[in-house]
Amino acid sequence: MNAIRVRGLKKAYKGHQAVAGVDLDVARGEVFAVLGPNGAGKTTTVEILEGHRGRDAGEVSVLGDDPARAGRVWRSRLGIVLQSASDAANLTVHEAVRHYAKYYADPRDPDEVIELVGLAEKAKSRAGTLSGGQRRRLDVALGIIGRPELVFLDEPTTGFDPEARRHFWGLIKSLAAEGTTILLTTHYLDEAEALADRVAVLAGGRIVAEGTPQTLNGRAHADATVRWLSDRGYQEVRTSEPTKVIAELSRHGELAELTVTRPSLEDVYLELIA
Amino acid sequence: MTAVATLPGTFSLGLSRGATELREFFRQKENLIFTVSLPAILMLLLGTVYVKEPAAGQMFAASMIGAGIISTSFVGLGMSVVADREDGTLKRLRGTPMPFTSYFIGKIVLVFVSSLVEAVLLMAVAMLRFDVELPSTAQKWFTFGWVFVLGVISCSLIGVALSSIAKSTRNAAGVLNLPYIVLQFLSGVFISQAVLPESLRVTGSLFPLKWVCQGFRSVFALDDGYAVMEAAGSWELGKIALVLGAWTIAGLLLVTRTFRWSNTTS
Repeated sequence: MNAIRVRGLKKAYKGHQAVAGVDLDVARGEVFAVLGPNGAGKTTTVEILEGHRGRDAGEVSVLGDDPARAGRVWRSRLGIVLQSASDAANLTVHEAVRHYAKYYADPRDPDEVIELVGLAEKAKSRAGTLSGGQRRRLDVALGIIGRPELVFLDEPTTGFDPEARRHFWGLIKSLAAEGTTILLTTHYLDEAEALADRVAVLAGGRIVAEGTPQTLNGRAHADATVRWLSDRGYQEVRTSEPTKVIAELSRHGELAELTVTRPSLEDVYLELIA
Repeated sequence: MTAVATLPGTFSLGLSRGATELREFFRQKENLIFTVSLPAILMLLLGTVYVKEPAAGQMFAASMIGAGIISTSFVGLGMSVVADREDGTLKRLRGTPMPFTSYFIGKIVLVFVSSLVEAVLLMAVAMLRFDVELPSTAQKWFTFGWVFVLGVISCSLIGVALSSIAKSTRNAAGVLNLPYIVLQFLSGVFISQAVLPESLRVTGSLFPLKWVCQGFRSVFALDDGYAVMEAAGSWELGKIALVLGAWTIAGLLLVTRTFRWSNTTS
Protein backbone atom coordinates (compact mmCIF):
# COMPACT_ATOMS: atom_id res chain seq x y z
CA MET A 1 0.00 0.00 0.00
CA ASN A 2 1.25 3.48 -0.83
CA ALA A 3 1.88 5.95 1.98
CA ILE A 4 0.14 8.66 -0.04
CA ARG A 5 -2.34 8.28 -2.87
CA VAL A 6 -4.03 11.34 -4.40
CA ARG A 7 -6.41 11.43 -7.37
CA GLY A 8 -7.93 14.53 -8.96
CA LEU A 9 -7.26 16.83 -6.00
CA LYS A 10 -8.74 20.33 -6.37
CA LYS A 11 -8.86 23.36 -4.11
CA ALA A 12 -9.85 26.95 -4.90
CA TYR A 13 -9.66 30.15 -2.82
CA LYS A 14 -12.07 32.93 -3.73
CA GLY A 15 -12.08 32.10 -7.43
CA HIS A 16 -8.34 31.31 -7.60
CA GLN A 17 -7.71 27.65 -8.42
CA ALA A 18 -4.75 26.85 -6.13
CA VAL A 19 -4.74 23.11 -6.86
CA ALA A 20 -6.24 22.11 -10.20
CA GLY A 21 -6.32 18.32 -10.38
CA VAL A 22 -3.28 16.71 -8.76
CA ASP A 23 -2.52 12.97 -8.86
CA LEU A 24 0.24 11.73 -6.59
CA ASP A 25 1.60 8.40 -5.40
CA VAL A 26 4.28 8.11 -2.74
CA ALA A 27 5.48 4.64 -1.84
CA ARG A 28 6.30 3.63 1.71
CA GLY A 29 9.89 4.35 2.60
CA GLU A 30 10.29 6.77 -0.29
CA VAL A 31 11.70 10.30 -0.10
CA PHE A 32 9.51 12.35 -2.39
CA ALA A 33 10.14 16.00 -3.24
CA VAL A 34 7.54 18.43 -4.54
CA LEU A 35 9.14 21.28 -6.47
CA GLY A 36 7.51 24.40 -7.82
CA PRO A 37 7.56 28.18 -7.79
CA ASN A 38 5.77 30.23 -5.12
CA GLY A 39 2.03 30.03 -5.60
CA ALA A 40 2.22 26.71 -7.46
CA GLY A 41 0.02 25.01 -4.87
CA LYS A 42 2.75 23.16 -2.92
CA THR A 43 1.78 24.31 0.55
CA THR A 44 -1.96 23.92 -0.10
CA THR A 45 -1.42 20.36 -1.34
CA VAL A 46 0.74 19.46 1.65
CA GLU A 47 -1.71 21.04 4.12
CA ILE A 48 -4.56 18.99 2.64
CA LEU A 49 -2.46 15.84 3.05
CA GLU A 50 -1.71 16.81 6.67
CA GLY A 51 -5.43 17.22 7.36
CA HIS A 52 -5.03 20.95 8.08
CA ARG A 53 -7.05 22.11 5.10
CA GLY A 54 -10.23 20.98 3.39
CA ARG A 55 -10.48 20.16 -0.32
CA ASP A 56 -13.05 20.86 -3.02
CA ALA A 57 -12.70 17.61 -4.97
CA GLY A 58 -10.62 14.48 -5.34
CA GLU A 59 -9.64 11.36 -3.42
CA VAL A 60 -6.91 11.52 -0.80
CA SER A 61 -5.48 8.64 1.19
CA VAL A 62 -2.61 9.16 3.64
CA LEU A 63 -1.41 6.06 5.51
CA GLY A 64 -4.67 4.44 4.44
CA ASP A 65 -7.00 7.10 5.85
CA ASP A 66 -8.70 10.20 4.48
CA PRO A 67 -7.00 13.15 6.25
CA ALA A 68 -10.30 15.06 6.34
CA ARG A 69 -11.81 12.38 8.60
CA ALA A 70 -8.84 10.80 10.35
CA GLY A 71 -8.47 10.96 14.13
CA ARG A 72 -5.83 10.96 16.87
CA VAL A 73 -4.34 7.57 16.10
CA TRP A 74 -3.75 8.54 12.47
CA ARG A 75 -2.20 11.81 13.63
CA SER A 76 0.17 9.98 15.94
CA ARG A 77 1.61 8.18 12.88
CA LEU A 78 2.52 11.47 11.15
CA GLY A 79 5.26 13.96 11.81
CA ILE A 80 4.91 17.53 10.63
CA VAL A 81 7.94 19.81 10.59
CA LEU A 82 6.80 23.40 10.61
CA GLN A 83 8.31 25.98 8.30
CA SER A 84 8.58 29.12 10.43
CA ALA A 85 7.53 28.45 14.00
CA SER A 86 8.96 30.42 16.94
CA ASP A 87 6.89 28.72 19.64
CA ALA A 88 8.14 27.35 22.97
CA ALA A 89 10.68 30.21 23.08
CA ASN A 90 10.79 30.10 26.89
CA LEU A 91 11.25 26.36 27.17
CA THR A 92 14.63 24.70 26.91
CA VAL A 93 15.25 22.33 24.02
CA HIS A 94 15.07 19.41 26.40
CA GLU A 95 11.84 20.60 28.04
CA ALA A 96 10.14 21.14 24.69
CA VAL A 97 11.13 17.75 23.26
CA ARG A 98 10.22 15.96 26.49
CA HIS A 99 6.83 17.71 26.60
CA TYR A 100 5.93 16.81 23.02
CA ALA A 101 6.98 13.20 23.64
CA LYS A 102 4.09 12.95 26.11
CA TYR A 103 1.51 13.23 23.31
CA TYR A 104 2.43 9.88 21.78
CA ALA A 105 1.86 6.27 22.66
CA ASP A 106 5.37 5.11 21.83
CA PRO A 107 7.67 8.12 21.53
CA ARG A 108 11.39 8.06 20.88
CA ASP A 109 13.69 8.84 23.76
CA PRO A 110 13.94 12.67 24.02
CA ASP A 111 17.69 12.61 24.70
CA GLU A 112 18.30 10.38 21.69
CA VAL A 113 16.26 12.64 19.43
CA ILE A 114 18.14 15.73 20.66
CA GLU A 115 21.38 13.91 19.95
CA LEU A 116 20.14 12.82 16.52
CA VAL A 117 19.33 16.37 15.41
CA GLY A 118 22.66 17.60 16.76
CA LEU A 119 21.37 19.78 19.59
CA ALA A 120 22.90 17.88 22.51
CA GLU A 121 25.06 20.88 23.43
CA LYS A 122 22.02 23.15 23.32
CA ALA A 123 19.71 20.85 25.32
CA LYS A 124 19.61 23.26 28.26
CA SER A 125 19.29 26.44 26.16
CA ARG A 126 15.97 28.19 25.73
CA ALA A 127 14.47 27.62 22.27
CA GLY A 128 14.25 31.40 21.81
CA THR A 129 18.05 31.71 21.93
CA LEU A 130 18.76 29.21 19.12
CA SER A 131 20.10 30.26 15.72
CA GLY A 132 17.90 29.79 12.65
CA GLY A 133 19.45 26.47 11.72
CA GLN A 134 19.35 25.17 15.30
CA ARG A 135 15.72 26.22 15.61
CA ARG A 136 14.79 24.23 12.47
CA ARG A 137 16.57 21.21 13.91
CA LEU A 138 14.44 21.57 17.03
CA ASP A 139 11.39 21.62 14.73
CA VAL A 140 12.59 18.36 13.22
CA ALA A 141 13.10 16.90 16.70
CA LEU A 142 9.50 17.83 17.62
CA GLY A 143 8.30 16.42 14.29
CA ILE A 144 9.92 13.00 14.74
CA ILE A 145 9.59 12.52 18.51
CA GLY A 146 6.45 10.40 18.03
CA ARG A 147 8.24 7.83 15.81
CA PRO A 148 6.23 8.82 12.72
CA GLU A 149 5.83 6.58 9.66
CA LEU A 150 5.47 9.62 7.42
CA VAL A 151 7.16 13.00 7.82
CA PHE A 152 6.16 16.23 6.09
CA LEU A 153 8.92 18.80 5.57
CA ASP A 154 7.79 22.10 4.08
CA GLU A 155 10.79 24.05 2.74
CA PRO A 156 12.94 22.94 5.66
CA THR A 157 16.24 24.64 4.79
CA THR A 158 15.08 28.10 3.70
CA GLY A 159 17.54 30.62 5.11
CA PHE A 160 20.20 28.05 6.06
CA ASP A 161 23.89 28.64 5.45
CA PRO A 162 25.53 26.00 3.22
CA GLU A 163 27.07 24.08 6.12
CA ALA A 164 23.81 23.96 8.07
CA ARG A 165 22.05 22.66 4.96
CA ARG A 166 24.55 19.82 4.56
CA HIS A 167 24.06 18.87 8.23
CA PHE A 168 20.34 18.96 7.75
CA TRP A 169 20.50 16.75 4.67
CA GLY A 170 22.46 14.20 6.67
CA LEU A 171 19.71 14.20 9.27
CA ILE A 172 16.98 13.65 6.64
CA LYS A 173 19.02 10.84 5.04
CA SER A 174 19.38 9.09 8.38
CA LEU A 175 15.61 9.27 8.88
CA ALA A 176 15.03 7.87 5.40
CA ALA A 177 17.53 5.09 6.11
CA GLU A 178 15.34 4.03 9.04
CA GLY A 179 12.47 3.53 6.60
CA THR A 180 10.55 6.74 7.30
CA THR A 181 8.53 7.99 4.32
CA ILE A 182 9.33 11.65 3.69
CA LEU A 183 7.41 14.22 1.68
CA LEU A 184 9.50 17.32 1.14
CA THR A 185 8.73 20.60 -0.56
CA THR A 186 11.64 22.76 -1.56
CA HIS A 187 12.83 25.61 -3.75
CA TYR A 188 16.33 24.18 -3.92
CA LEU A 189 16.99 21.86 -6.84
CA ASP A 190 20.25 20.59 -5.37
CA GLU A 191 18.35 19.67 -2.23
CA ALA A 192 15.83 17.61 -4.21
CA GLU A 193 18.67 15.98 -6.12
CA ALA A 194 20.58 15.12 -2.94
CA LEU A 195 17.64 13.76 -0.96
CA ALA A 196 14.76 12.61 -3.13
CA ASP A 197 14.14 9.23 -4.71
CA ARG A 198 11.50 10.87 -6.88
CA VAL A 199 10.40 14.43 -7.57
CA ALA A 200 7.26 16.05 -8.94
CA VAL A 201 7.15 19.56 -10.38
CA LEU A 202 4.03 21.50 -9.53
CA ALA A 203 3.11 24.57 -11.59
CA GLY A 204 -0.19 26.39 -11.72
CA GLY A 205 -1.80 23.81 -9.45
CA ARG A 206 -0.90 20.84 -11.68
CA ILE A 207 1.91 18.33 -11.77
CA VAL A 208 3.81 19.07 -14.99
CA ALA A 209 6.50 16.41 -14.60
CA GLU A 210 7.36 13.52 -12.32
CA GLY A 211 10.30 11.16 -12.13
CA THR A 212 13.65 10.54 -10.49
CA PRO A 213 15.88 13.63 -10.25
CA GLN A 214 18.24 11.97 -12.78
CA THR A 215 15.62 11.27 -15.46
CA LEU A 216 13.08 14.08 -14.95
CA ASN A 217 11.61 15.26 -18.26
CA GLY A 218 14.02 13.09 -20.29
CA ARG A 219 17.05 14.66 -18.63
CA ALA A 220 19.15 11.48 -18.90
CA HIS A 221 18.60 11.25 -22.66
CA ALA A 222 18.83 14.93 -23.46
CA ASP A 223 21.57 16.17 -25.79
CA ALA A 224 24.94 16.71 -24.14
CA THR A 225 27.00 19.84 -24.59
CA VAL A 226 30.69 19.33 -25.38
CA ARG A 227 32.77 22.41 -24.67
CA TRP A 228 36.46 23.10 -25.09
CA LEU A 229 38.90 25.94 -25.58
CA SER A 230 40.55 26.37 -28.99
CA ASP A 231 42.71 29.13 -30.54
CA ARG A 232 39.49 30.87 -31.55
CA GLY A 233 38.00 30.84 -28.05
CA TYR A 234 35.43 28.52 -26.43
CA GLN A 235 33.73 26.06 -28.75
CA GLU A 236 30.43 24.27 -28.05
CA VAL A 237 28.71 21.32 -29.73
CA ARG A 238 25.31 19.92 -28.74
CA THR A 239 25.13 16.25 -29.53
CA SER A 240 23.42 13.00 -28.65
CA GLU A 241 26.75 11.20 -29.13
CA PRO A 242 29.36 13.06 -27.06
CA THR A 243 31.82 10.16 -26.98
CA LYS A 244 31.98 10.09 -30.74
CA VAL A 245 32.43 13.85 -30.95
CA ILE A 246 35.29 13.84 -28.47
CA ALA A 247 37.00 10.91 -30.25
CA GLU A 248 36.80 12.89 -33.48
CA LEU A 249 38.11 16.10 -31.93
CA SER A 250 40.91 14.52 -29.94
CA ARG A 251 42.60 13.19 -33.05
CA HIS A 252 44.01 16.70 -33.51
CA GLY A 253 45.60 16.65 -30.10
CA GLU A 254 44.81 17.66 -26.53
CA LEU A 255 41.56 19.63 -25.92
CA ALA A 256 41.90 22.43 -23.41
CA GLU A 257 39.24 22.76 -20.68
CA LEU A 258 37.15 19.92 -22.11
CA THR A 259 33.74 19.40 -20.46
CA VAL A 260 30.68 17.30 -21.26
CA THR A 261 27.48 18.46 -19.56
CA ARG A 262 23.85 17.47 -19.64
CA PRO A 263 21.04 19.78 -18.54
CA SER A 264 21.09 20.19 -14.77
CA LEU A 265 17.95 19.54 -12.73
CA GLU A 266 17.69 23.30 -12.55
CA ASP A 267 17.75 23.63 -16.36
CA VAL A 268 15.01 21.00 -16.67
CA TYR A 269 12.99 22.62 -13.90
CA LEU A 270 13.18 26.13 -15.35
CA GLU A 271 12.10 24.77 -18.73
CA LEU A 272 9.12 23.02 -17.10
CA ILE A 273 7.77 26.00 -15.20
CA ALA A 274 8.41 28.54 -17.98
CA MET B 1 -4.93 -0.56 16.09
CA THR B 2 -3.37 -1.17 19.48
CA ALA B 3 -2.24 2.44 19.72
CA VAL B 4 -5.81 3.51 20.55
CA ALA B 5 -5.51 2.15 24.03
CA THR B 6 -2.08 3.57 24.69
CA LEU B 7 -2.43 7.19 23.52
CA PRO B 8 -2.35 9.31 26.69
CA GLY B 9 -5.62 10.52 28.18
CA THR B 10 -7.12 13.93 27.46
CA PHE B 11 -7.10 15.04 31.09
CA SER B 12 -3.55 14.01 31.95
CA LEU B 13 -2.33 15.68 28.76
CA GLY B 14 -4.28 18.77 29.81
CA LEU B 15 -2.47 18.87 33.16
CA SER B 16 0.85 18.37 31.41
CA ARG B 17 0.03 21.27 29.10
CA GLY B 18 -0.92 23.34 32.14
CA ALA B 19 2.47 22.69 33.74
CA THR B 20 4.24 23.69 30.52
CA GLU B 21 2.06 26.79 30.11
CA LEU B 22 2.88 27.89 33.67
CA ARG B 23 6.59 27.31 33.13
CA GLU B 24 6.51 29.51 30.02
CA PHE B 25 4.27 32.12 31.63
CA PHE B 26 6.37 32.69 34.72
CA ARG B 27 9.59 32.89 32.69
CA GLN B 28 8.33 35.98 30.87
CA LYS B 29 9.05 39.20 32.74
CA GLU B 30 6.25 41.13 31.04
CA ASN B 31 3.72 38.62 32.43
CA LEU B 32 5.13 38.96 35.92
CA ILE B 33 5.02 42.75 35.77
CA PHE B 34 1.80 43.49 33.89
CA THR B 35 -0.46 40.54 34.48
CA VAL B 36 0.52 39.41 37.96
CA SER B 37 1.80 42.55 39.70
CA LEU B 38 -0.06 45.46 38.11
CA PRO B 39 -3.28 45.07 40.12
CA ALA B 40 -1.23 45.04 43.35
CA ILE B 41 0.67 48.15 42.22
CA LEU B 42 -2.59 49.90 41.34
CA MET B 43 -3.98 48.90 44.71
CA LEU B 44 -1.02 50.55 46.37
CA LEU B 45 -1.25 53.73 44.26
CA LEU B 46 -4.99 54.28 44.15
CA GLY B 47 -5.50 52.95 47.65
CA THR B 48 -3.22 55.66 48.99
CA VAL B 49 -5.54 58.24 47.38
CA TYR B 50 -8.93 56.66 48.01
CA VAL B 51 -8.69 54.71 51.20
CA LYS B 52 -9.27 57.02 54.18
CA GLU B 53 -11.04 54.54 56.44
CA PRO B 54 -10.96 50.73 56.94
CA ALA B 55 -14.39 50.16 55.37
CA ALA B 56 -13.29 51.83 52.14
CA GLY B 57 -10.12 49.73 52.10
CA GLN B 58 -12.19 46.53 52.30
CA MET B 59 -14.42 47.62 49.41
CA PHE B 60 -11.61 48.87 47.20
CA ALA B 61 -9.49 45.75 47.74
CA ALA B 62 -12.48 43.57 46.80
CA SER B 63 -13.07 45.52 43.58
CA MET B 64 -9.38 45.39 42.68
CA ILE B 65 -9.29 41.61 43.13
CA GLY B 66 -12.24 41.44 40.75
CA ALA B 67 -10.54 43.67 38.21
CA GLY B 68 -7.32 41.69 38.65
CA ILE B 69 -8.75 38.29 37.84
CA ILE B 70 -10.44 39.74 34.75
CA SER B 71 -7.02 41.01 33.73
CA THR B 72 -5.45 37.55 34.05
CA SER B 73 -8.38 35.72 32.48
CA PHE B 74 -9.95 37.97 29.86
CA VAL B 75 -6.89 39.98 28.79
CA GLY B 76 -4.16 37.52 29.75
CA LEU B 77 -5.70 34.39 28.27
CA GLY B 78 -6.94 36.19 25.16
CA MET B 79 -3.41 37.48 24.57
CA SER B 80 -1.85 34.07 25.13
CA VAL B 81 -4.14 32.42 22.58
CA VAL B 82 -3.33 35.12 20.02
CA ALA B 83 0.37 34.59 20.73
CA ASP B 84 -0.07 30.81 20.31
CA ARG B 85 -1.62 31.45 16.93
CA GLU B 86 1.11 33.91 15.93
CA ASP B 87 4.20 31.92 16.97
CA GLY B 88 3.03 28.57 15.58
CA THR B 89 2.15 26.84 18.86
CA LEU B 90 -1.40 26.10 17.73
CA LYS B 91 -0.31 25.01 14.28
CA ARG B 92 2.18 22.60 15.83
CA LEU B 93 -0.30 21.23 18.35
CA ARG B 94 -2.84 20.66 15.61
CA GLY B 95 -0.32 18.39 13.91
CA THR B 96 0.03 16.19 17.00
CA PRO B 97 -2.42 13.67 18.48
CA MET B 98 -3.13 16.05 21.38
CA PRO B 99 -6.92 16.58 21.71
CA PHE B 100 -8.14 20.17 21.53
CA THR B 101 -9.72 19.78 24.98
CA SER B 102 -6.27 19.18 26.50
CA TYR B 103 -5.07 22.53 25.14
CA PHE B 104 -8.03 24.14 26.82
CA ILE B 105 -7.52 22.36 30.14
CA GLY B 106 -3.92 23.62 30.05
CA LYS B 107 -5.13 27.19 29.55
CA ILE B 108 -7.60 26.86 32.42
CA VAL B 109 -4.79 25.66 34.71
CA LEU B 110 -2.68 28.63 33.58
CA VAL B 111 -5.47 31.14 34.22
CA PHE B 112 -6.42 29.75 37.62
CA VAL B 113 -2.86 29.68 38.91
CA SER B 114 -1.92 33.11 37.53
CA SER B 115 -5.20 34.61 38.84
CA LEU B 116 -4.61 33.09 42.24
CA VAL B 117 -1.02 34.37 42.44
CA GLU B 118 -2.21 37.80 41.35
CA ALA B 119 -5.03 37.83 43.93
CA VAL B 120 -2.76 36.65 46.77
CA LEU B 121 -0.19 39.34 45.93
CA LEU B 122 -2.90 42.01 45.87
CA MET B 123 -4.38 40.84 49.16
CA ALA B 124 -0.94 40.85 50.74
CA VAL B 125 -0.48 44.48 49.73
CA ALA B 126 -3.98 45.36 50.94
CA MET B 127 -3.43 43.65 54.30
CA LEU B 128 0.03 45.06 54.95
CA ARG B 129 -0.51 48.60 53.75
CA PHE B 130 -4.23 49.23 54.33
CA ASP B 131 -4.98 46.76 57.15
CA VAL B 132 -7.58 45.01 55.04
CA GLU B 133 -9.07 41.98 56.81
CA LEU B 134 -9.68 38.63 55.16
CA PRO B 135 -13.24 37.22 55.12
CA SER B 136 -14.00 35.66 58.47
CA THR B 137 -16.65 33.02 57.84
CA ALA B 138 -16.68 29.80 55.84
CA GLN B 139 -19.78 31.00 54.06
CA LYS B 140 -17.98 34.12 52.81
CA TRP B 141 -15.05 32.03 51.59
CA PHE B 142 -17.56 29.81 49.78
CA THR B 143 -19.00 32.87 48.02
CA PHE B 144 -15.47 34.02 47.23
CA GLY B 145 -14.75 30.59 45.72
CA TRP B 146 -17.69 30.35 43.35
CA VAL B 147 -17.48 33.99 42.24
CA PHE B 148 -13.77 33.47 41.55
CA VAL B 149 -14.33 30.27 39.56
CA LEU B 150 -17.32 31.52 37.56
CA GLY B 151 -15.64 34.88 36.94
CA VAL B 152 -12.40 33.33 35.72
CA ILE B 153 -14.13 30.77 33.47
CA SER B 154 -16.64 33.15 31.87
CA CYS B 155 -14.04 35.86 31.25
CA SER B 156 -11.51 33.33 29.92
CA LEU B 157 -14.03 32.09 27.37
CA ILE B 158 -14.95 35.61 26.25
CA GLY B 159 -11.25 36.48 25.99
CA VAL B 160 -10.56 33.45 23.80
CA ALA B 161 -13.59 34.23 21.64
CA LEU B 162 -12.43 37.83 21.16
CA SER B 163 -8.89 36.62 20.40
CA SER B 164 -10.23 35.23 17.13
CA ILE B 165 -10.91 38.79 15.98
CA ALA B 166 -7.34 39.92 16.61
CA LYS B 167 -4.85 39.07 13.87
CA SER B 168 -1.72 39.77 15.87
CA THR B 169 -0.59 40.28 19.45
CA ARG B 170 -0.20 44.00 18.77
CA ASN B 171 -3.77 44.08 17.57
CA ALA B 172 -5.00 41.96 20.46
CA ALA B 173 -3.66 44.32 23.11
CA GLY B 174 -6.13 46.92 21.84
CA VAL B 175 -9.04 44.58 21.20
CA LEU B 176 -8.80 43.18 24.73
CA ASN B 177 -7.59 46.15 26.78
CA LEU B 178 -10.11 48.67 25.50
CA PRO B 179 -13.23 46.89 26.79
CA TYR B 180 -11.35 45.94 29.99
CA ILE B 181 -10.36 49.53 30.83
CA VAL B 182 -13.72 51.01 29.88
CA LEU B 183 -15.56 48.38 31.91
CA GLN B 184 -13.48 49.12 35.01
CA PHE B 185 -15.02 52.60 35.03
CA LEU B 186 -18.55 51.30 34.36
CA SER B 187 -18.45 48.40 36.80
CA GLY B 188 -17.76 50.07 40.12
CA VAL B 189 -14.02 49.40 40.33
CA PHE B 190 -12.73 52.99 40.33
CA ILE B 191 -16.05 54.81 40.72
CA SER B 192 -19.09 53.57 42.60
CA GLN B 193 -21.77 52.47 40.15
CA ALA B 194 -24.34 54.33 42.24
CA VAL B 195 -22.99 57.70 41.03
CA LEU B 196 -23.03 56.76 37.33
CA PRO B 197 -25.75 57.93 34.94
CA GLU B 198 -28.40 55.30 34.28
CA SER B 199 -27.20 54.47 30.72
CA LEU B 200 -23.60 53.82 31.81
CA ARG B 201 -24.73 51.82 34.83
CA VAL B 202 -26.91 49.60 32.65
CA THR B 203 -24.09 49.14 30.12
CA GLY B 204 -21.67 48.14 32.86
CA SER B 205 -24.21 45.74 34.34
CA LEU B 206 -24.40 43.77 31.10
CA PHE B 207 -20.85 42.45 31.55
CA PRO B 208 -19.25 40.08 34.09
CA LEU B 209 -16.81 42.54 35.70
CA LYS B 210 -19.49 44.39 37.70
CA TRP B 211 -20.91 41.14 39.06
CA VAL B 212 -17.52 39.67 39.97
CA CYS B 213 -16.59 42.86 41.87
CA GLN B 214 -19.97 43.02 43.60
CA GLY B 215 -19.58 39.39 44.67
CA PHE B 216 -16.16 40.10 46.15
CA ARG B 217 -17.43 43.24 47.91
CA SER B 218 -20.11 41.10 49.58
CA VAL B 219 -17.30 38.89 50.87
CA PHE B 220 -14.97 41.67 52.07
CA ALA B 221 -17.57 44.14 53.42
CA LEU B 222 -17.18 44.65 57.18
CA ASP B 223 -20.91 43.92 57.52
CA ASP B 224 -23.89 43.40 55.24
CA GLY B 225 -25.10 46.95 55.88
CA TYR B 226 -22.64 48.10 53.18
CA ALA B 227 -24.89 46.48 50.57
CA VAL B 228 -26.89 49.74 50.49
CA MET B 229 -23.93 51.28 48.65
CA GLU B 230 -24.51 48.95 45.69
CA ALA B 231 -26.57 50.21 42.76
CA ALA B 232 -29.40 47.82 43.62
CA GLY B 233 -29.05 48.31 47.37
CA SER B 234 -28.32 44.62 47.96
CA TRP B 235 -25.58 42.03 47.15
CA GLU B 236 -27.79 40.20 44.60
CA LEU B 237 -25.82 36.95 44.95
CA GLY B 238 -28.41 34.95 42.97
CA LYS B 239 -28.25 37.41 40.10
CA ILE B 240 -24.43 37.30 40.14
CA ALA B 241 -24.52 33.53 39.65
CA LEU B 242 -27.10 33.89 36.91
CA VAL B 243 -25.23 36.56 34.91
CA LEU B 244 -21.83 34.83 35.20
CA GLY B 245 -23.43 31.49 34.33
CA ALA B 246 -25.07 32.99 31.25
CA TRP B 247 -21.76 34.52 30.13
CA THR B 248 -20.04 31.15 30.61
CA ILE B 249 -22.55 29.45 28.31
CA ALA B 250 -22.42 32.30 25.79
CA GLY B 251 -18.60 32.23 25.89
CA LEU B 252 -18.52 28.47 25.36
CA LEU B 253 -20.80 28.78 22.33
CA LEU B 254 -18.75 31.67 20.94
CA VAL B 255 -15.46 29.79 21.36
CA THR B 256 -16.70 26.62 19.66
CA ARG B 257 -18.06 28.68 16.76
CA THR B 258 -15.19 31.12 16.27
CA PHE B 259 -12.01 29.33 17.34
CA ARG B 260 -9.28 29.38 14.67
CA TRP B 261 -6.11 27.29 14.67
CA SER B 262 -4.21 29.69 12.42
CA ASN B 263 -4.39 33.13 10.87
CA THR B 264 -4.86 31.75 7.36
CA THR B 265 -8.33 30.83 6.17
CA SER B 266 -9.15 27.25 5.24
